[in-house]
Amino acid sequence: MTTLPEPSGVKLGLVIDLDICVGCHACAVACKEWNTAAYGAPLSDQDPYGADPSGTWLNRIHSYEVTPEDAPQNAPPQIVHFPRSCLHCEDAPCVTVCPTGASYKRAADGIVLVNEDACMGCGLCAWACPYGAREMDAAEGVMKKCTLCVDRIYNENLPEEDREPACVRTCPANARHFGDLGDPDSDVSRMVAARGGVDLMPEQGTKPVNKYLPPRPKTRETPPPARPDAEEAPGGFLGWVDRALALLD
Amino acid sequence: MTRRRDEPAPDLSPHMADEVAQTTCYMCACRCGIDVFLKQGADGRKQVSYIQGNRDHPKNRGVLCAKGSAGIMQHLSPARLRKPLRRNGPRGSGEFEEIEWEEALSLATEWLGGIRETDPKRLAFFTGRDQSQSLTSLWAQEFGTPNYAAHGGFCSVNMAAAGIYTMGGAFWEFGAPDWERAKMFMLFGVAEDHDSNPIKLGLSRLKARGAKIVGVNPVRTGYNAIADEWVGITPGTDGLFVLALVHELFGTGRVDVAYLARYTNAGWLLVDAPGTAKHGLFARDADGKALILDRKTGKLVAWDTPGAVPELTVDVTLPDGRTGRPVFQRMAAAYLAEDYAPEAVAARCGVTAATIRRLAAELARVAFEEEIVVERPWTDWLGRRHDRMVGRPVAFHAMRGISAHSNGFQTCRAIHLLQILLGSVECPGGFRFKPPYPKPVEAHPKPHGDTHPCAPLPGPHLGFPAGPEDLLLEADGSAQRIDKAFTWDAPLAVHGMMHMVIANAAEGDPYRIDTLFLYMANMAWNSSMNTGGTAEMLTRADDKGDYVIPHIIYADAYSSETVAYADLVLPDTTYLERHDCISLLDRPISEPDSLADAIRWPVVDPDRDVRGFQSVLIELGARLGLPAFCDAEGGPKYRDYADYMARHERRPGIGPLAGWRGDGTQHGRGAPNPDQVARYRENGGFFTAEIPEEAQFFKPWNAAYQDWAVEMGLIDRPQPYVFQLWSEPLQKFRLAAEGHGEHQPPDHLRARIGDCFSPLPAWYPPFEEAALDPAAYPLHAITQRPAAMYHSWGSQNAWLRQIHGENPLYVPNEVADAAGLADGDWARVTSHHGEIVVPVRRTGACNGHTLWTWNAIGKRKGAWALRPGAPETTKGFLMNHLIHELLPPKGDGRRWTNSDPVTGQAAWFDLRVRIEKAEAPAESLPASTPQRSPVGTGPDDLTYGGKP
Repeated sequence: MTTLPEPSGVKLGLVIDLDICVGCHACAVACKEWNTAAYGAPLSDQDPYGADPSGTWLNRIHSYEVTPEDAPQNAPPQIVHFPRSCLHCEDAPCVTVCPTGASYKRAADGIVLVNEDACMGCGLCAWACPYGAREMDAAEGVMKKCTLCVDRIYNENLPEEDREPACVRTCPANARHFGDLGDPDSDVSRMVAARGGVDLMPEQGTKPVNKYLPPRPKTRETPPPARPDAEEAPGGFLGWVDRALALLD
Repeated sequence: MTRRRDEPAPDLSPHMADEVAQTTCYMCACRCGIDVFLKQGADGRKQVSYIQGNRDHPKNRGVLCAKGSAGIMQHLSPARLRKPLRRNGPRGSGEFEEIEWEEALSLATEWLGGIRETDPKRLAFFTGRDQSQSLTSLWAQEFGTPNYAAHGGFCSVNMAAAGIYTMGGAFWEFGAPDWERAKMFMLFGVAEDHDSNPIKLGLSRLKARGAKIVGVNPVRTGYNAIADEWVGITPGTDGLFVLALVHELFGTGRVDVAYLARYTNAGWLLVDAPGTAKHGLFARDADGKALILDRKTGKLVAWDTPGAVPELTVDVTLPDGRTGRPVFQRMAAAYLAEDYAPEAVAARCGVTAATIRRLAAELARVAFEEEIVVERPWTDWLGRRHDRMVGRPVAFHAMRGISAHSNGFQTCRAIHLLQILLGSVECPGGFRFKPPYPKPVEAHPKPHGDTHPCAPLPGPHLGFPAGPEDLLLEADGSAQRIDKAFTWDAPLAVHGMMHMVIANAAEGDPYRIDTLFLYMANMAWNSSMNTGGTAEMLTRADDKGDYVIPHIIYADAYSSETVAYADLVLPDTTYLERHDCISLLDRPISEPDSLADAIRWPVVDPDRDVRGFQSVLIELGARLGLPAFCDAEGGPKYRDYADYMARHERRPGIGPLAGWRGDGTQHGRGAPNPDQVARYRENGGFFTAEIPEEAQFFKPWNAAYQDWAVEMGLIDRPQPYVFQLWSEPLQKFRLAAEGHGEHQPPDHLRARIGDCFSPLPAWYPPFEEAALDPAAYPLHAITQRPAAMYHSWGSQNAWLRQIHGENPLYVPNEVADAAGLADGDWARVTSHHGEIVVPVRRTGACNGHTLWTWNAIGKRKGAWALRPGAPETTKGFLMNHLIHELLPPKGDGRRWTNSDPVTGQAAWFDLRVRIEKAEAPAESLPASTPQRSPVGTGPDDLTYGGKP
């Protein structure tokens, strides 16, 4: 068993806007690209050119067909794109379940990491995570997970403006935001308040730090507005054309 | 930072790059700026460690898509070719021997030299998505063959041609929505590219401002998934839907009459003399200028008379006694007709009449009641001073889904008509041109096809005909070009018809060729209709056992399906190992507020015996003695492509690159600067020049813009023009079809030209469905481009193929229910041409009469260095097997192409099919036969990167 630290008040995490996520996988690939070269072991791929390619990814995108509960009858389902990665939970069961202390939550900022030197690859943390956000690297035999790009956000070798997670920097739709969700005045906290951001599966009691902004309601079929008829305008169709042209004279 | 005592201390500041090289992405056609992180590898060579978007780049402003981030895997693909190859087995087998470059170039020179000396048209040189058309077209022109084009004919020529003929510019590369100001945005037929990151950035900007996004697409993925409203239209009916919106705007008196009067030909007078040779042509003055009836003076004056305001609704008697009728009147009559009433089109479009009425009302409300103002005075070309810039904040974008129909040209025209009626082109909040556009159709060249041994073509291959007199026909009426572009079959085939080249060459119709020279186009697989038939054509032999296409030369970086059919393979580099030039002479990367161009440069050296194709082409040009590639002594004029980029001049002072010309301080115009490429590298690989504020809107009519465009070398004199709602070139073709004039179409085409060349945007049913029994083929079938894949390239990419390794056929629930199909079942899909048996997935998020799948995921066994059993080769499939390059036979013995009758655009999405449940086969059908890989297959596993 590993204990969680006393929270410092800083809760770094992501806010993911499902209203604008187009499901393009940019975040997932940028994540893989950075993290295969950075923190810990590379993110390996097995049978990468063969019949059953698989690999380690810290962020995956799922697409669902969803019909809102209050949708009109016969309304076609929407497609919702859902990026899934570690939520850096306040009560992270992946940490408390770890028998070696490899899985830990940083006291200073709440980021959940795996100390690969101490990881024995037992996989208990992946079982404990209700979100499926951890992946065992098949080549290295260690558990991999989102680091919130801890080696970017504090990286003094990167320009200040690039000190954000790779997924956030690359997202072409600006659907991903990074910040301190422990600070109610931070941009991300304000965004969550304004848009009704939600916890993923709150009933699990994990208190995720990451938040999802739900898709805005879609246009509903409504009767068209009363139709002004050009023919009924004074002078009919030609009348309105003439009045419009008169403005140019 | 506080850290608990027992907490590990990972390295938070790893060193990720020895240097960061800035170049241009090539994972799709979007051309974003990238920062390539380079580190020294264990072998001492530079290695790519990370690729991110360039924050300063005008295209992507720092962001990068999945393809771009996966560039490392493309750069390191096991499918990379390594050395020139010469075929030593049957065509299609993939059996090759490696040869030296000298041998390869000598062989190519021998084949091509012989052709040039005897009959240059026996070379057909066609290129794919290469973005170097200003070089490749010059080379082909110098060679003297009329048979050159790039891939536009099977991609989006309808969009380009309709835009340029209508308004002097088009979507994507030639224009963009005003993302910062639009309040309502309609997106037609756009899958998740064209162009990739700018659209995503733009949608995000619209959402941030609360603008409404309407997606019109049979499939609700990608951008349509996040649209505020999705219009799940039936394929091929977009034009009908748009013209119903137009009907509503006319019927409710919500069109921008002032805009039409000033900036379009709505007031130009048409000769109204049915049955005569001039009917529907413009009444013109002695100088050839179209006439208007000036409201102020009541006189007939030239359209561009300062101070004149045209009557739009009044017929006039012309000096010769004939009647002159304003275009606007013809429009009102055409679009107020009940054919375009919402109720009349609803069932066919799959959109309710109420939705059409509501959307028309919304467009009008936003355009006219929520107008925006940019407080910038400007002066138009007639000297009228305007205090401010008034915008109609509705913007549109459309792309390939609209293009890929046999009614696509007219549909694209209809979308432009809608924009123009709302007054929303080139105003704040609307659709805006990107330099070098706007440019009137008259500013483009005419097509050229006259060929002579050892002589360059007299002008560019591709151009914009103004009428039948500009067609490329021999005296006997036969086609000058192998693809029959610019014939009565496809008069405005302004991008050529690459999809007909192999079929026509194999048939010897209109003639036989000697060498087919292709670059970067997978014509033996996903880029051709009728894939199986195309393979047969490429391997067809005559009575003597000789291939009917005697020589095939192919240049590509990767072991694609097409490589297997080549006799000689010229291996290209990857995009990180080459020079390239994204030129204003070609397909620019400008933005509405700025001109921009860019380069690629070798940020790493190839570790294989490969060469950038453009440099190879330049060397071949010198070896063949093509004048533009030889110096005064007959030796090579350019060292390589980089040298050409800096030193080539298209006109005096105008070259491939606009920035840092002359002594390095001149832009746009200026003498060649040997340091130019270095200056681009210093600047992150691109050049950009902001358009002066006063010149940023109303560009076709804005005097300041016209002057700036001349200064920058985009045009040589101011060329203001008005939008051509009524297209006189189209009417000229129609008059010819009625029997007028000396240039006459063959009789079998008269009716079709009459039906399809309406000078006002119109709708007619797509040809394939019109030729078939709808009961036998009740469904539409289309493909969508996934955001994380670009054509066939992605399947060699270890990361991207984990995202899209197979492509189920998505079947709407109601169709699946009727056919008894559940997820994971297999289905037989049958068209008039063929059948496929493929895995199925049900969906509710698409048009109920439309099947769809992801584009170009299916692969031939042995291609792309994939290993046996790769899902792309077992479960993946191509829709192409169902699509024929010809329409169903009409019994007249003629080969009617499956193309738009105006532009020749390949009508991929006209496909009609039926579906039934099938026994699960061992693999998707038709199963491919394996090709031998000249590069082996990829490794068992991959661990790229590692601790820095």
